[in-house]
Amino acid sequence: MSAQTLARPVPARSWRVVAESYGQELVILGALVVLFVGVGLYNPRFLSATSLTSIFVGNAYIAIAAIGMSMVIISGNIDVSVGSLIGVLGTIAGTLAVNGAPVVVCWLLPILIGVAINALVGVLVAYARIPSIVVTLGMLSILKGGLISATGGAWISSLPPEFMIAQFRLFGLPSSVYFMVILTVAAALWMRHSAFGRTIYAIGGNPEAARVTGIRIERSVVAVFAIHGMFAGIAAILFATQLQVIQSTVPPNLELTVITASVVGGVSILGGTGTVIGSTLAAILFAAIGSSLVFLNVSAYWLRAVQGLMILATVLADMARRRRA
Amino acid sequence: MTELIALSGISKSFGPVKVLKDVGFDVRPGEVHALLGENGAGKSTLIKIMAGVISPDGGEMKVNGRPVRFASPREAAAHGIATVYQELLLFPELTVAENIYLGHAPKTRLGTLDWPAMRAGARALLDSLDSPDLDVDVLVGKLSVANRQRVEIAKALSQDAKLVIMDEPTAALADADAKRLMSVVKMLRDRGVGIVYVSHRLPEIFALADRVTVLRDGAHVGTRAISEVDEAHLVSMMVGRAIDHLFPKVDVPRGDVVLEVRNLAYRDVVQDISFTLHAGEILGIAGLVGAGRTELALTIFGVTPATSGEILLDGKPVAIKSPGEARGLGIAYIPEDRGLQGLIRPQTVRENVSLAVIDRIAKALVVDRGRESALAKEAIARFGIRTRGPEQRVRQLSGGNQQKVVLAKWVAAEPRVLIMDEPTRGIDVGAKAEIHALMSRLAGQGLAVLMISSELPEVLGMSDRVLVMRGGRIVRAFERDAATPDAVGSAMTAAKSGRSLESAGASAG
Repeated sequence: MSAQTLARPVPARSWRVVAESYGQELVILGALVVLFVGVGLYNPRFLSATSLTSIFVGNAYIAIAAIGMSMVIISGNIDVSVGSLIGVLGTIAGTLAVNGAPVVVCWLLPILIGVAINALVGVLVAYARIPSIVVTLGMLSILKGGLISATGGAWISSLPPEFMIAQFRLFGLPSSVYFMVILTVAAALWMRHSAFGRTIYAIGGNPEAARVTGIRIERSVVAVFAIHGMFAGIAAILFATQLQVIQSTVPPNLELTVITASVVGGVSILGGTGTVIGSTLAAILFAAIGSSLVFLNVSAYWLRAVQGLMILATVLADMARRRRA
Repeated sequence: MTELIALSGISKSFGPVKVLKDVGFDVRPGEVHALLGENGAGKSTLIKIMAGVISPDGGEMKVNGRPVRFASPREAAAHGIATVYQELLLFPELTVAENIYLGHAPKTRLGTLDWPAMRAGARALLDSLDSPDLDVDVLVGKLSVANRQRVEIAKALSQDAKLVIMDEPTAALADADAKRLMSVVKMLRDRGVGIVYVSHRLPEIFALADRVTVLRDGAHVGTRAISEVDEAHLVSMMVGRAIDHLFPKVDVPRGDVVLEVRNLAYRDVVQDISFTLHAGEILGIAGLVGAGRTELALTIFGVTPATSGEILLDGKPVAIKSPGEARGLGIAYIPEDRGLQGLIRPQTVRENVSLAVIDRIAKALVVDRGRESALAKEAIARFGIRTRGPEQRVRQLSGGNQQKVVLAKWVAAEPRVLIMDEPTRGIDVGAKAEIHALMSRLAGQGLAVLMISSELPEVLGMSDRVLVMRGGRIVRAFERDAATPDAVGSAMTAAKSGRSLESAGASAG
């Protein structure tokens, strides 16, 4: 057997390797193409510039939050509080803006707060060794409860126009699209080519082995959560500035949508595998599905059901792949 | 005499891979039939077919002369076939008696569990296995590996098994426990039970088996009476070539002292350990499971930092509080359990090999992909790792090749002290010889090697000096010439030091 294996060397970059590493990403890309072509044929208005722009603008923040979420899940953890965090940070940004703080402060301070809050979560997970689902469930309640108590659910309106970064346009495209693409590509390169990214994959793949190899797991976990906090902060700014008002509540089910994007994008819920490109593609796919339901005259409430089906299908496909390997 | 089980022309494929080709195998009552082969030869598949876990693509299987087809392990059990798997399939949170009778517990007339009958039955079964020391009410999770195995065997007997399949039953056992297991196997055989015995340990096979069947690459190489073959013969049947030296120890001039340990202790698990380790030396540490050998390694490597004592590198005292610091000082640790502590299984060979030096081959935070690939390719060539290439995932490699990846990872870190914990556990004979050759070569290049092994032939064959540990302490030290099997073996077992087998086993985990 060994002789045969040696006798037929396979080029390092064979299709098999690409399919193995990017299987889920390719599947989603295919699904996106099928969706756009199919729905476009049924109703060409689906492919109009307005329709496409609204798909991206309204959902870029989900894709950006999913980048950080994917990193957290790849490291073998999870964060169920990201929706509440985005709600809180968005409200902070809006409050600062209506009270006349400089826009740069309005944008950066919430991001720093996001980093700080999630670094704390990371410390509790890594050093106090509390499972991340427990820490973030606690954080979810604290943030959600705190937000509603503090604001009473009041809407923030008359936001200054220079604060509305999500509505800025460059070459006709809204800024959220640039943010989404640039952050996804940067994060993907970072995860794949930096020593830190490798460490994250290693920790998620086998924490015990990573530790015995001399990797400082604790620090890396804190760093992953902090970075996730940064992405949540950026997502919150885009979320807060996409409409003329901020609802100062937690967007319903946002954490589930973000986690779903990561998992459907090919990030194994067990940690150690997946890419942020997959999660961004999955976030776009959800947005496109949601939007296509309108063009197909189907109730938008089906979107959640479709998302649920996709999670199950993804996990089944993942298990089938594992069994083959 | 009718065979208990007779297979002929069995074939099985997984996708395009033919794992069994036209294999025949049979077991008679009161016989131990050893099944031998390198990893990947098809032994596990054959076992699973007999146990009803998978069904063959072709061929015939007869039990007591009647053709059978098992749709499930339950059907196989109904035909009197029981399997003791390598990874024991017991429930840690249930008691010994509950585990033995799980799925076929005696019931009272009311349909409730008949506890007195269950406990009495379990007691009788364990007594018949010469294990009166095992409490039927203790939770299985608290038992040592050796005792869990006895529970597993009792479970097989409770189902009135006529054929017991044992998959590497001694792989995780120290020599004394292995001997005890072998006497249990003999006892079963004398009662007329047929036994399929899979093991990599050839001496055991010569001590136990009546016949031996060798598989290679899914094909049946031959079935022989044990009296017709010798060790060299079996090895060449397994690997298809003769292996000249099972333990290719090369004499290397002893260099300077690299590592010195003085009165090292970790809690009460490792106590008062002092030794020196020279460049170019292989220092073997022998002992039973639970003697504190792995714990000593983990203390030196900083996983469980020492609670007292001193570690000196090149004569300078160092404080090692984490594996990261140990790595920085040039110490490498190849753990006992590859799957658990050695490898990132979903990642590629390339990513695993570079993991210990990932910071060093990164420039401005970005991993130098060219250097990394070169490192992986060099490791594949140098260590003879059988893989499709650097991009293959390590979970797809065989045990021996996975171990080579772990070795390559640490050698890439250019350590000066290499600690190897059970370097060849669960690895087939061919790969074992390769690992031993690599070990010799590394020592020849001036590496100081500390080798922990439960296999006495390995310790004696590879070590320049042997330390024997018992109860967390070093009890004897031997130079190579004085390290005879009898002397080392008796130092390992002599005078029970108050710790029962139970607690020793439990702390081994």
